[in-house]
Amino acid sequence: MKMSGNPYLFAAYAVTWIIHIVYLSTIVSRYSRLKREIEELKKPGVRS
Amino acid sequence: MKHAFPILGVLTALLLSYALYGALIKAPTEQTMGDVQRIFYYHVPSAWTAFILFFINFGASVVYLIKRRPAADIVALVSAEVGVVFCTVVLITGPIWARPVWGIWWTWDMRLTSTLVLWLIYVSYLFLRRFSSSGQTPLLAAALAVLGALCVPFVYFSIWFFRTQHPQPVMGGGGSIDPRMLHVLLINWLAFSCFAFLVCWSRYRLEKLQRDVDQAHALESLLDPRGSVR
Repeated sequence: MKMSGNPYLFAAYAVTWIIHIVYLSTIVSRYSRLKREIEELKKPGVRS
Repeated sequence: MKHAFPILGVLTALLLSYALYGALIKAPTEQTMGDVQRIFYYHVPSAWTAFILFFINFGASVVYLIKRRPAADIVALVSAEVGVVFCTVVLITGPIWARPVWGIWWTWDMRLTSTLVLWLIYVSYLFLRRFSSSGQTPLLAAALAVLGALCVPFVYFSIWFFRTQHPQPVMGGGGSIDPRMLHVLLINWLAFSCFAFLVCWSRYRLEKLQRDVDQAHALESLLDPRGSVR
């Protein structure tokens, strides 16, 4: 079975993984932003 | 427990690879549609996974309405979010499959329209969670989730009760499926379910952490003698 021979099949599988990867990357970027925020909170005397 | 997540991650990646191999190579080619029918191995498991996640959202919302447990609220939010991702896959792969088979991208028949309505309900749910700052938001969202869940069985059974262009269900629809195709379908469903579970797990930890940080910020601004917030 040649996937490149069927553009619809290739498109469906590619779109599925693009959607999942984009969603996973939003989770990862939110997690790193939160980690930076936690580091900021841990710094002593930032507000004094 | 510490190593459970990476171990499960590796197992899920292996399962997804095997499922992809099954869908593209192992499963026999369908006689009338040809290779384009293989979209079925991603479209149907994504739909089943989305339905399960919406039911988890329903269960967690009911628990939150009764017991007001924050953990139930987080489970409800996470399952709705990941459910919307899977439902988006269904709504995009469906038309890609329909175009070469039916000759059209979309038709306003009951199955397709009700799936779109279901997606819109859960997108509204997520918008409500994201943009409402009221303290009652989790409660309102839980009530919306209970109403949204009523749509799930309607979507599933719509092809039984209405004349529709959409094919009959694979399970319990009276049709038959080649056992090799069924095997590949179930492997793909298992793989996508494991993947959804892992994504939900990560998203749950992220949401819990976010709430802890928000709480720390609130506490900090209360303790600050000038009461200033950055």
